[in-house]
Amino acid sequence: MEAVDKYVEYTSVSSIAGPLLIVEGVKGVAYGEIVEIITPSGEKRTGQVLEVREDIAVVQVFEGTTGLSTDRTRVRFTGETAKIGVSLEMLGRIFDGTGKPIDGGPEIIPEKKMDINGYPLNPVSRRTPDDFIQTGISAIDGPNTLVRGQKLPIFSGSGLPHNQLAVQIARQAKVRGEGERFAVVFAAMGITSEEANFFMEEFKKTGALEKAVVFINLADDPAIERILTPRIALTTAEYLAYEKDMHVLVILTDMTNYCEALREIAAARNEVPGRRGYPGYMYTDLATIYERAGRVKGKKGTITQIPILTMPHDDITHPIPDLTGYITEGQIVLSRELHRKGIYPPIDILPSLSRLASKGQGKGKTREDHPKVMSQIYAAYAEGRSLRDLVAVVGEEALTERDRAYLRFADEFERRFVSQGKDEDRSIEETLDLAWELLTILPREELKRIPEELIEKYLPKK
Amino acid sequence: MVVGKILKIAGPVVVADGMKGSQMYEVVKVGEEKLTGEIIQLRGDRAVIQVYEETTGIRPGEPVEGTGAPLSVELGPGLLKSIYDGIQRPLTAIEAVTGSIFIPRGVSVPALPRDVKWDFVPTVNEGDYVEGGDVIGTVEETKSIVHKVLLPVGIKGKIKEIRSGKFTVEDTVAVVETEDGEEKEIKMMQKWPVRKPRPYKEKLPPTIPLITGERIIDTFFSLAKGGTAAIPGPFGSGKTVTQQQLAKWSDADVVIYIGCGERGNEMTEVIEEFPHLEDRRTGNKLIDRTILIANTSNMPVAAREASIYTGVTIAEYFRDMGYGVLLTADSTSRWAEAMREIAGRLEEMPGEEGYPAYLASRLAQFYERAGRVKCVGSEEKEGFVCIVGAVSPPGGDFSEPVTSNTLRIVKVFWALDANLARRRHFPAINWLQSYSLYIDDVTPWWQENTGPDWRELRDEAMRLLQKEAELQEIVQLVGPDALPDRERVILEVARMLREDFLQQDAFDEVDTYCPPMKQYMMLKIIMTFYRKALEVVEKGVDPGKIAKVPVKRDIARMKFIPEDKFLEEVAPALLERIEKELEALVENP
Repeated sequence: MEAVDKYVEYTSVSSIAGPLLIVEGVKGVAYGEIVEIITPSGEKRTGQVLEVREDIAVVQVFEGTTGLSTDRTRVRFTGETAKIGVSLEMLGRIFDGTGKPIDGGPEIIPEKKMDINGYPLNPVSRRTPDDFIQTGISAIDGPNTLVRGQKLPIFSGSGLPHNQLAVQIARQAKVRGEGERFAVVFAAMGITSEEANFFMEEFKKTGALEKAVVFINLADDPAIERILTPRIALTTAEYLAYEKDMHVLVILTDMTNYCEALREIAAARNEVPGRRGYPGYMYTDLATIYERAGRVKGKKGTITQIPILTMPHDDITHPIPDLTGYITEGQIVLSRELHRKGIYPPIDILPSLSRLASKGQGKGKTREDHPKVMSQIYAAYAEGRSLRDLVAVVGEEALTERDRAYLRFADEFERRFVSQGKDEDRSIEETLDLAWELLTILPREELKRIPEELIEKYLPKK
Repeated sequence: MVVGKILKIAGPVVVADGMKGSQMYEVVKVGEEKLTGEIIQLRGDRAVIQVYEETTGIRPGEPVEGTGAPLSVELGPGLLKSIYDGIQRPLTAIEAVTGSIFIPRGVSVPALPRDVKWDFVPTVNEGDYVEGGDVIGTVEETKSIVHKVLLPVGIKGKIKEIRSGKFTVEDTVAVVETEDGEEKEIKMMQKWPVRKPRPYKEKLPPTIPLITGERIIDTFFSLAKGGTAAIPGPFGSGKTVTQQQLAKWSDADVVIYIGCGERGNEMTEVIEEFPHLEDRRTGNKLIDRTILIANTSNMPVAAREASIYTGVTIAEYFRDMGYGVLLTADSTSRWAEAMREIAGRLEEMPGEEGYPAYLASRLAQFYERAGRVKCVGSEEKEGFVCIVGAVSPPGGDFSEPVTSNTLRIVKVFWALDANLARRRHFPAINWLQSYSLYIDDVTPWWQENTGPDWRELRDEAMRLLQKEAELQEIVQLVGPDALPDRERVILEVARMLREDFLQQDAFDEVDTYCPPMKQYMMLKIIMTFYRKALEVVEKGVDPGKIAKVPVKRDIARMKFIPEDKFLEEVAPALLERIEKELEALVENP
């Protein structure tokens, strides 16, 4: 089978629907190959083959199909799958959603080209993540400890301060006691230019940009481009991690926009829809993004992912957060209620979870009392929260002394432990000491989840 | 062999023509790179093929080669300790062959190593009459498991020659002369098509419980040997930990763990942990009797569909040797979604929520491959396969098709509950929603092996927990003090049941596994406390005081005490103290 001549152009576009282009009479086109499209006005766009049958190719156009016509559009098949040129020069630079520089700087001279779809990691080659990452945020470091190589999404809602939180994490995240090479890859999908400015300003102001690679697909950029953005970002991250030994934190925001783009293409192809119109393969598709986090044998670098998504109507059972939660290792959930109370970051620790927390906690990682004290804090806060409902019915007077202590604990916990400044960077010791201090609110015999020795050692004497 | 040509490619589905003469479910090699695929539809000389590898870069016109055989697994020594992908490709060997951390396409490595020589010890003599399923020899495959080499099903005759010594899986170890005079060379390795259940003589009733060491499972919602169970659970409810606990502790000989469309890091944890885990049953390592099948969520979707069949066929093979096998599949929802994805690409008419109309029958066929059976062969052998399938209902909605169809088939339901997990009650199995239809079947076993009052204790404890749920609603409205004394005792004891019996710490050295006798004694102690508490309350003791007796604290600690010490010293002392301390309340009210 001879490869397609790169310079053969087809003008045989038979139909255009949404982001899709149907080209007829083609020969030797490969599934998934990259296509150049020249519009009637001479503009160049990029697309990818979604389906080939005999001599017909279905092409999705990343920059959208506006301005294309069936008769004067020219299509070139490149014979290559989607690739991005990567190099260390990318650090400190800002790109659009397809990887073109938008910061006024020069083009990148690639060290090598990498397939943006990557290959699945061999499960045998992975290593379990277990290095504690200190984010400096108590509600994460304490109960929902993040480790290197983990994927821990933030489930937010529209109007909640997830962007501030993302920036704070990007700025503060560190593995303690190690001067290892650290980088942030930041991919924004479908964000407004205001948000984009906020991110760029924050990165520049705090000096975080130097060690960051930023990809921005704006809300008014073609939606289809969003399919590429996270893959380009992760390919860059894999290059930095597995070839340049860097520890990479990848922040993807907002995955909801990504999923909308996925649905748009599925609808344009008249596919059989799954739940709420999202394609049936959305789980698999999201997995090919999220599963690119990890820590592998024989490589110094790691990839940690913090995807951010806004839950439509704050509904955690919506397919986007639901499928995400099944792939990622836990979730950090932001709460509108806490946000209304003026608590920043409004992290509700009850539905939040880090599945790998136990790998990064305890002796040798943080401090010996970490897992037990957090288990107690968590249980106590849960109890306090459920008592709030009871109070609403029977009034506080009807409660026992024990119950009142729990109520007070829940309030103080939100006010002092969860809440912290936007620039406040708490060490894990500060976080744990704060937890112990809060536990003094409860009667001592209630501390059932902590061994006596630890209580003796850490509980402040009243 | 049939060679056709590719017409169309859409994701994992490829259509080829010129395929006349090929069979349904035949394995084919697709394209120049020879990707593995399977025929799932035949129309005239057109075949629809699901491809087990990424299809990017494949072009129409490239060849499709038939192999003449359906998707099969290789069975023989070398299975244990292996880590396979969904179509039995050995992942460790792939890593070694490719030298890459990624899985590239078109790699072909045999499932069973061809260069290892196994020490074959014959168990039959020349002139013996044998039939399919009979053991003709053994190989000490790992320290824990003796691999019994079975005569392939369908062969019957006289042993003409039997060898002894070191052989590879492809060497001939015996020659059998069949009734019509044909001579068959027997090798240690045999193949079996994954979609066809292996035969057995007879299914046996589920009267023996599978002991898992998890109190809520063994005592309340028992799984029988050869039984089926489902664990549904919204994410974050501890499903994976529960399944791993089962794999580690239950009394099956061989464990097969299928990670079907799940997280890579979770699979890695299993892969890293199992080789180091002490196996208390054999004194060796757990990996010595484990086979892992890892098809993580980002690996090709068609192989995910196949992984379930690959796993259960290997399970049946070990069952046929007379072993007990525990198969856990995490998660069958991902498997069903793989079916849906393929069905969607085929443009099949969708059923409920886009799942194919044959979802229910595929699920039933899969679970039906469990069972305790009399194995085929002339010898008396008994083996079992237990299937524990996890389902991941979207949004925690149990009425969705995969969960609801699964529940129609399985006999045990361990309802994981995110609310319990949130309160850090582990294992987060909801005692009000869970059930086991095996309880009556396994009661005689428990009565014989623990105490005659096992069933009474269990049922009474269950009633208390049910009652507690009702009382909680009243308490929400009026507060606990408004309840009658008897009911306040029930609340107190139900809380003890929840915290001191049902909650179990998978990460605690001792509590991670609770033997049956200890489970029984723990329950007996709590229920003794209950009966005595009721008795003294009748005599006018304030329930508030009962809640404060010192023995309660030690009851709370009994789960952390090793069985021997617990049964010999602690339990009798606790029973005595309950009697004494509660009685003392009557004397000084």
